[in-house]
Amino acid sequence: MQVSVKYFASLRELIGETTSIIHVEEGATVNSLWRSIIETKNVKFDNVMMAVNMEYVKSEHQLKSGDEVAFFPPVTGG
Amino acid sequence: MLVEIRKKSFNAYAEIQYYLDSLDIAGKYGATSNFVGSMRDFNKNKKVTHMTLEHYPGMTEKHLETIAKESIEKWKLLDVLILHRIGNINVGEDIVLVATWSSHRKDAFESCRAIMEQLKSGAPFWKKEETSAGDIWVEKNTPGY
Repeated sequence: MQVSVKYFASLRELIGETTSIIHVEEGATVNSLWRSIIETKNVKFDNVMMAVNMEYVKSEHQLKSGDEVAFFPPVTGG
Repeated sequence: MLVEIRKKSFNAYAEIQYYLDSLDIAGKYGATSNFVGSMRDFNKNKKVTHMTLEHYPGMTEKHLETIAKESIEKWKLLDVLILHRIGNINVGEDIVLVATWSSHRKDAFESCRAIMEQLKSGAPFWKKEETSAGDIWVEKNTPGY
């Protein structure tokens, strides 16, 4: 199945992409997707925050086909 | 309740008055509390000349609206206003405005601070500062308590 992935701020610059469509196996979690991305891109990034369909999720959250997944650094607004 | 992300600069105090004038709560509220965050020209001993604020279109608005709605319920607020800048920001400009209206001061004070702290810890915004040492992403917010 496929999910769309978005990156923001310093992580977007590190990855070198704003969005991408990624194929994941059935039963994949947001954390397994994240690990495969940082392995593929060969990057290190601490304290990543994760959201699915614009809601924060825990790393064990299971993905569904068509989900919009977002990875980003700790927020610094206000 | 109004939650808005603004690209253009705003005057927070004029916005409070403008929004209040659009409401029909005169005589009902006895307390107004507000927080205004503005852009400094320094951070950690570095001179900051300019800033860019990025957000996650859709999620940021949704997150702020949830905070506002939950606060109205929790503190029995008469109204809430949240404005936040994105894009290019100059020194001295207002970045964020939170205003709350309630019957008595306790609810207005407490809710305004709580909204601000929730915004700081969870709303998807990211600051990149142009400093004397180059362009730097702000890594984390300072604690509010």
